Amino acid sequence: MTTSPDPELSALLDAVYHRYHYDFRGYAEASLRRRIGAALTHLRCPSLAELRERVLAEPRGFSELLRFLTVQVSDLFRDPSYYRSLRERVVPYLRTYPSLKVWVAGCATGEEAYSLAIVFAEEGLLDRTLIYATDIHPESLRAAEAGVYDLERFARFSDSYRQAGGRGSLSDFYTAQYSSAILDRRLKQAILFSDHSLATDVAFAEVELVSCRNVLIYFDRPLQDRAIGILRDSVRRKGFLGLGAKETLRFSAHAEAFTELVPEDRIYQRR
Amino acid sequence: MATRNIHMIVIGGSSGALDALAALLPALPPGYPLPLAVVLHLPPTQPSHLVEVLRTKASLPTREPDDKEPIVPSTVYVAPPNYHLLVERGRSFSLSVDRPVLFSRPSIDVLFESAADAFGPHLAGVLLSGANEDGARGLGRIAEAGGLTIVESPATAAVPIMPAAALQRVAIDHAVPAAAIGTLLARLAAPTRSGEAT
Repeated sequence: MTTSPDPELSALLDAVYHRYHYDFRGYAEASLRRRIGAALTHLRCPSLAELRERVLAEPRGFSELLRFLTVQVSDLFRDPSYYRSLRERVVPYLRTYPSLKVWVAGCATGEEAYSLAIVFAEEGLLDRTLIYATDIHPESLRAAEAGVYDLERFARFSDSYRQAGGRGSLSDFYTAQYSSAILDRRLKQAILFSDHSLATDVAFAEVELVSCRNVLIYFDRPLQDRAIGILRDSVRRKGFLGLGAKETLRFSAHAEAFTELVPEDRIYQRR
Repeated sequence: MATRNIHMIVIGGSSGALDALAALLPALPPGYPLPLAVVLHLPPTQPSHLVEVLRTKASLPTREPDDKEPIVPSTVYVAPPNYHLLVERGRSFSLSVDRPVLFSRPSIDVLFESAADAFGPHLAGVLLSGANEDGARGLGRIAEAGGLTIVESPATAAVPIMPAAALQRVAIDHAVPAAAIGTLLARLAAPTRSGEAT
């Protein structure tokens, strides 16, 4: 069994960190390897050493690599039961606050932030809510801010929206234009997109709800602990943390800071 | 076979593979020590009852692993729908929502290749009935790493495309019917007394 980390991989990640201040050194190795393998093929690089040379020589090489290392695809209302549980179990608490802050950590191209904005709009909370949506990838943030998606994805999104307990029609929240769906301005106005890294930055703000889904799966255990520490420090007492359907605090050093509010949907409440 | 020292088994399949699994799992007795990880292609939008179905066939505990769950003996792990399942070198699972591979998420290649990297020659890979070529590349990686490769015989598989693709690309150790795969796997390790997994 191979146990030692690959020195060429470590050298590449070290170079990226020292030159560009993006820290992938604590990423889970198996999926990171696949992503870098895809980058090698796409960039026609024969080896990790050569990729490192190219990344160090030209920032453009780095931004191409960054796309492979970070790009996630999500859906509006991915895992509908999560959003249903937020409506039924979390929103009643949130109603009691005069103003609300929500943090979507690792927002990729924005689908989750918009899904939350739609839930908050339907629950009559959006006017008093500010949603911070952060990611490390500038291109993803720009796409998220634009809020324009392929229209053909919306048949599936509409199904999910209904399963998530949507009260009206998803089409209330976008305008179709040719093959695109443009999300509503009132959703965008409630969301502030910005750059933040769970690997290198500190706590973001004090918020009532953090939603960080399918982000921690890309981290190894020590980096997960760091990231969950940041999430913990960002949730106010009795506030909420939502994770991905297969993510858990069970293996984390910070498990004691939370109680399980909706275990089947991985929604936790800060002690 | 006797010289093999297998620590983990990975299994993949698509159309027809559920029946094949149902035929091979009963061959593994309670207390069978090796962990097994299974990827079956299913439509991503429907809720999966795969774990419930397999529980009725396997005498081993069967579940979808959480991210970073340590791999323990005597357990059948089933890839959750809409996630890739990967094996880390520290003998735990990790999950990803990276793009589908060969239109599939979970992908058999993703599981097999990561497990080959983690377990090297101590891995057995099994490819069952299926209608596409996912898994062939992964079995190739397992073979390169010195692991044991098994496919369901295309002659008896409900849909032969998947095992046939692997046979075309990789020197496979065994191509046998599903029930015989169960017997082969059972011989890889003697059961520990029930509940005394190490």
